[in-house]
Amino acid sequence: MIQRIALITLGVLLVVPQLAQAQVTAERLLNAADEPENWLTYSGGYDSQRHTLLDQIDASNVDDLELKFVHQAKSLQAFETSPLVVDGMMFFTEAPNTVVAMDAKLGRVFWTYQYTPVDSRPCCGSVNRGLAILGEHLFMATLDANLIALDMWSGEPVWMTDVADAATGYAMTLAPLVLKDKVVVGVAGGEYGVRGFIAAYEADTGEEAWRFYTIPGPGEPGHETWEGGGDAWEHGGAPVWLTGSYDPELNLTYWGIGNPGPDWNPEQRPGDNLYSDCVVALDADTGELKWYFQFTPNDDYDFDSVQIPVLIDYPAEDGTILKLMLWGNRNGFFYVLDREAGGFVSGTPYVDVNWAESLDDNGRPVETPQPAGSPTYPGIFGGTNWYSPSYSPSTGLFYLSAWESYGAIMEPAEAQYQAGRPFMGGRTRPTGVPGAPRLPGLGRGHVNNWTAEAGSGAVMAIDPRTGEEKWKFEMTDVTTSGILTTASDLLFSGGREGYFHALDATNGELLWKATLGGMIANGPISYAIDGQQYVAVAAGNGLFVFGLRD
Amino acid sequence: MVCLVLVASLGAQRSVQAGQEHLGQYAQADIQFGLRVYSTTCTTCHGATGDGVPGIDLRVGQFARAPSDQQLSRLIRTGIPGTAMPPGEYSEPELAGLVAYLRTMGTLDLGDVVVGDGERGQAIYNGQGDCARCHRVNGQGSRVAPDLSRVGANRTAGALESSLLDPTGSMFPINRPLRVVTQDGTVYTGRRLNEDTYTVQLMDQNDRLRSLEKSTLREYTLLTTSTMPEYGDILNAQEISDVVAYLLSLRGLED
Repeated sequence: MIQRIALITLGVLLVVPQLAQAQVTAERLLNAADEPENWLTYSGGYDSQRHTLLDQIDASNVDDLELKFVHQAKSLQAFETSPLVVDGMMFFTEAPNTVVAMDAKLGRVFWTYQYTPVDSRPCCGSVNRGLAILGEHLFMATLDANLIALDMWSGEPVWMTDVADAATGYAMTLAPLVLKDKVVVGVAGGEYGVRGFIAAYEADTGEEAWRFYTIPGPGEPGHETWEGGGDAWEHGGAPVWLTGSYDPELNLTYWGIGNPGPDWNPEQRPGDNLYSDCVVALDADTGELKWYFQFTPNDDYDFDSVQIPVLIDYPAEDGTILKLMLWGNRNGFFYVLDREAGGFVSGTPYVDVNWAESLDDNGRPVETPQPAGSPTYPGIFGGTNWYSPSYSPSTGLFYLSAWESYGAIMEPAEAQYQAGRPFMGGRTRPTGVPGAPRLPGLGRGHVNNWTAEAGSGAVMAIDPRTGEEKWKFEMTDVTTSGILTTASDLLFSGGREGYFHALDATNGELLWKATLGGMIANGPISYAIDGQQYVAVAAGNGLFVFGLRD
Repeated sequence: MVCLVLVASLGAQRSVQAGQEHLGQYAQADIQFGLRVYSTTCTTCHGATGDGVPGIDLRVGQFARAPSDQQLSRLIRTGIPGTAMPPGEYSEPELAGLVAYLRTMGTLDLGDVVVGDGERGQAIYNGQGDCARCHRVNGQGSRVAPDLSRVGANRTAGALESSLLDPTGSMFPINRPLRVVTQDGTVYTGRRLNEDTYTVQLMDQNDRLRSLEKSTLREYTLLTTSTMPEYGDILNAQEISDVVAYLLSLRGLED
């Protein structure tokens, strides 16, 4: 943090000549903030703030942004990748599992590696969110639950490790996280009755180093939260499908855990269902659990807690630095946690919430289940979801993409587990419930059918000191876009409508917008080459890169 | 200005829900339409009074093979294998009408049933009703309100009747009219075709496509009331039935 502030003060745009290409060492990853011209991890750094120290583009010149190039993906799936940029080269994925190495200045492709997943059955799209890098290797987690290492210069595969059995519903969609000499991934499959886990692999060989099951087995602490003595825990979900964060000083890595299964029928899995809907803090070397915090015990609503853990070092009034974690949860509450000891600091609803009336002193929700046929707020896609949030040390604000005033009606039903088949436990749309309000379908349909329960999208700025909304930028449609903030107090985001806009991070005022014509379903990044700052974002099937007019 | 926005209603759902046991739970228009369908397709075997097949009296209104309306509807469609009851191809409005009529025929005073006349209905549609001012049928009329060329294929008689009598109460969200006023005072009303954070697209009252930036608008209102008149104030019961009969005859390319 101190280094970052110093850089802002200098107002220096760091430039590494394009040809000075070097290996990405673990040391470089630790000190990613020292080279803001690069984007070395999914969220731009281990603190996952998705904040760039580059400040060439600012409020005074943002109107001069122009499109530098577009890369058209050959996939029609949602483009959810967050590119890496290393010394003038960009590495990213196209759905489902193609890796592209590109000149990040001219947008021309060096090489492409295409992997075709076998027997994959992802719940929600054949997507991939990006890569990790260490040394000369890129790492991709595949839809059929393999982990592949590629040579960064040639795209040739170096090793491939079978992480889990895709035929039983395991999949991987996240960007891996490199910690020291290991590559860490988690598995998706919460809609298929998998038993989730996080696992680390040796970066040079692909050999498994440690594995943490997100559902404790018999005899392990927490197993008792799968009550009833049955086998609910074996098919209890708790997947991991977004990239975690890391505090090198504490040597703890933080990961958000997804929903218990079956999704909507908690009666089939009585108890708190640890560690579903938790954040877990694991020893980075061993995978040992150091602490956990559960956001939604015995979840009825599919409130995955996979959101990106945002780490901040916050100066307290007495001058000490608080090691905090900020979390805009899918369940509609914004949390501040102590990331060292794992304690609950505060929690505040940021959207309409009616499934819980409050949080108690330990952060546990005081639940208020809604009558059958009545909408629950937030609805199944949550107040937010997997869209990357951002924190700006400059403004001291946390930013997230929210779905406001959005509800859904839950109809639980008994689910029978069958390996490799959906294991949902009901449905979320009304069938013959008298007087039930009309809700739009998942695709939302025609705009005129969006009634009050459909909700709308917003970028929200939250003050972590109070949990209060500082400002919000409202959008007509809901949003799947992540957020990037800059040291020059710009905020870049977009939405399903196909706009990419720059807001003033201090007050939410619209400064600039571009019509990209396709849904934004990824977090923007920023990098620099030869003295020029760029902002990259994917929309529809194109990856768009902007910079100031020459 | 009279602007007729004909939309489907909850009456459609009411008329086919299971467990309705009493006369009055079925829309009169569905019963009327059911009688018409029954008269042309069922009387050969079952007779006008429902007792034409030995041992079967449809007037009881309850059937062991089909306790619920959904089951009765399915039975009419699939027939009863191994018996003389054949399968038949019926539209949803026809099925809803048949169910309504079969459930009520035993207690019905046929003197109450006003069967509409489609030809008279068409004349009312084009004349006194002034429906084409806003609606379009087979390429004729305005585009401001929903095109009715196929309305008979996907709306029940009861739903159509409800829409005529209570347009606002029967209005689907998708038919909510939009009203915008630009900075220079120009007013556009019409159908919202698309909208996003910065812009809105609509079909205006003059059948023209408009795309407007919200920053240029003085007013923007999504209306919750229909601009269509309540036709119970304009037409009598027979005329309403006639219009319903005409609308039910609109089946698009099927005709």
